[in-house]
Amino acid sequence: MSDTTQTHTLVIEREMAHPPEKIWRALTEGRLIQEWLMSNDFQPVVGHRFSFRATPVPGWNGVIESEVKVVEPQVRLVYSWGTMGMSSVVTWTLTPTESGTQVRMEQSGFPSEDGPNYKGAKYGWQKFIGNLERVAGGLA
Amino acid sequence: MQAERDHVFRALADPTRRAIFEELTRAGEQTVHALTRHAGVSQPAVSKHLTVLKRAKLVQHRRDGRETHYRAQPDALAPMVDWLDHYGAFWRERFDRLENLLERMDK
Repeated sequence: MSDTTQTHTLVIEREMAHPPEKIWRALTEGRLIQEWLMSNDFQPVVGHRFSFRATPVPGWNGVIESEVKVVEPQVRLVYSWGTMGMSSVVTWTLTPTESGTQVRMEQSGFPSEDGPNYKGAKYGWQKFIGNLERVAGGLA
Repeated sequence: MQAERDHVFRALADPTRRAIFEELTRAGEQTVHALTRHAGVSQPAVSKHLTVLKRAKLVQHRRDGRETHYRAQPDALAPMVDWLDHYGAFWRERFDRLENLLERMDK
């Protein structure tokens, strides 16, 4: 907590009673992704640019622009997550456990486009941006 | 309440307006001239952005002779933040959906 204004990170972890191979499919097959997240044109190929699409609402076009950053089958999947001029990175990590898989989602890093002026912001600007980003997703 | 949130949300969806609001929060009250130097866009553009921020109650202004001074009102973020917290559950809800899907994939 030395510098909370630097990066905002949201972590969700849950153990699921399913093997990593199966969860990997749900994270990387477009048709399956659509069932639990959003419609998309995802491909598990590093450098592939794609978008998630939700129903537009006033003030938000419903589009999340992404690019695949890391594909380590059944272990790690990383893609960028950009919407409303803000970008972050979503990292999925799968760790086998005795009864299934520990699924970890980390969303972190927010834009540099507004410069280093975040420092000194009294009210946790980065936290706000992080929240805004989550809302963009939550409006889906 | 809904209208207020829409104003705040829209006002801050634009990077230039976020930069102006952030600058006012960081550096305190400033004139349009000073903000224009900082923003890197024309003065009419800055004034337009300030009007949007004003409508969202994110800034207040006062006149002093020919100059208008603006200052940030971060409190205006409060209703927004409450609302945002409500949606903090987004990924958890998606985790639930993912688990449901995994159950169905068994069949």
